Amino acid sequence: MIDIAIPLFLVACGIAVILMKDLLSSIMVFTVYSLVMAIEWVRLNAVDVAITEAAVGAGITTVLFLVVLSRTRSEESSGSKSNWPALAVTMAVTGVLIYGTFDMPRLMDPANAPNVHLVPYFLDYTYKDTGVINVVTAILASYRGYDTLGEVVVVSTAGLCTVLLLRQAGKDRGKGAEPRA
Amino acid sequence: MSKQSMQRISHDPGSDITTQKHVIRRTVAKILIPFIQLFGLYVIAHGELGPGGGFQGGVILGASVIVYILVFGLDEGRKRVTEKTSDLLVSSGALIYGGIGILCLLAGGNYLQYNVLLPDPKLASHLGILGVEIGIGITVAAVMITLFCETVRRDDDD
Repeated sequence: MIDIAIPLFLVACGIAVILMKDLLSSIMVFTVYSLVMAIEWVRLNAVDVAITEAAVGAGITTVLFLVVLSRTRSEESSGSKSNWPALAVTMAVTGVLIYGTFDMPRLMDPANAPNVHLVPYFLDYTYKDTGVINVVTAILASYRGYDTLGEVVVVSTAGLCTVLLLRQAGKDRGKGAEPRA
Repeated sequence: MSKQSMQRISHDPGSDITTQKHVIRRTVAKILIPFIQLFGLYVIAHGELGPGGGFQGGVILGASVIVYILVFGLDEGRKRVTEKTSDLLVSSGALIYGGIGILCLLAGGNYLQYNVLLPDPKLASHLGILGVEIGIGITVAAVMITLFCETVRRDDDD
C-alpha cells in the first residue's frame, strides 16, 4: 500500500512544482518532495542515501533556493506559450528512456547480476578487508577511495570558485569599480 | 521564511540582536544549534558503524552554521566562522584526504591503501577510513557555509 502511495505522491509533487505560479510555494513543495523521497529511501533500506536526501535535498537545497529567490522576483514570468515541438521531443525522450528501463534487471530479484557477483563479495569480505561494519562506508572510502577523493576535490573546487567569482565581484562593486566580466 | 526576512539577514543584521525582537527564535536556535552540531559530529564519527559518513555529517554541521546566520544575521555569523577560516577549511579537508593517501605511500603501500599504516591492518584500515571521513566532513561543511554566505551577501547595487 505505502509502496504505491509514496511514488504516486512524489509524481503529484513533481507535477505541482511545475504547475505552481508562485515560486515560494514551488520551493516548499520541492522540500516536501525531498522529505517524502527520504522516507522512500528508508523503505528501500538505503539509510545512507536517506540521510543525504534529508540533509541536502530538504535542508540545504531549500535554503539555497530561498536565497536565490530573495534576489529575484517571486512570480514565474507569465506569457509562456505552449511549445509543441518541445513537448514532442520531451515525450519522445521519455518514451525511449522508459523503453530502456525494460532492459534493466528487476529490482529485488536475487538472480540479478549485481546480487550474484558483487554484493556477496562485499558482504563477505568487507569486514575482513577493512574492519568496518558499514559496507556502504567501506566501499565509498576504501574500495572506491579514488572516486570519493575526486568527489571531495570537486566539492572543494566548487566552494573555491564561489569565493573567487562572487566575493571578488562583490568587492569590486563595493569599491565602485566596474564589475568583472 | 519570507523575502523580507531574507533581506533582513543581509541588510541590517544588527537589529535582531540589539533589540529584544525574536526572543523565541534566538532562544530556540541557541538551544538547538549545539545539539545539531553534536549530531553532525556523531554522523561523521559513526560512518563506519551506522548510516552516515563525511558527506552527511558535513552537511549537518554546515546547516547548523547556516541556521545561526539565519537567526543572528550574516555579520554575527561571520564573526564566528570568519571568511579566512572557512576558506582554509575548504581546502584543508581535501588535503587531509590526499595526505592520508600520501602517508600510505610513505608506509610502503599503494595510494589510499590504509592497511599498511599500522601493524594491525584492520585497525589501520579503520583509522584510515575515519580520517578520510573527517577530511570529507570538513570540506563539505566549509563549502556549505561558503556557498550560503557568498550567495546571501547583498551588494550595494542590488
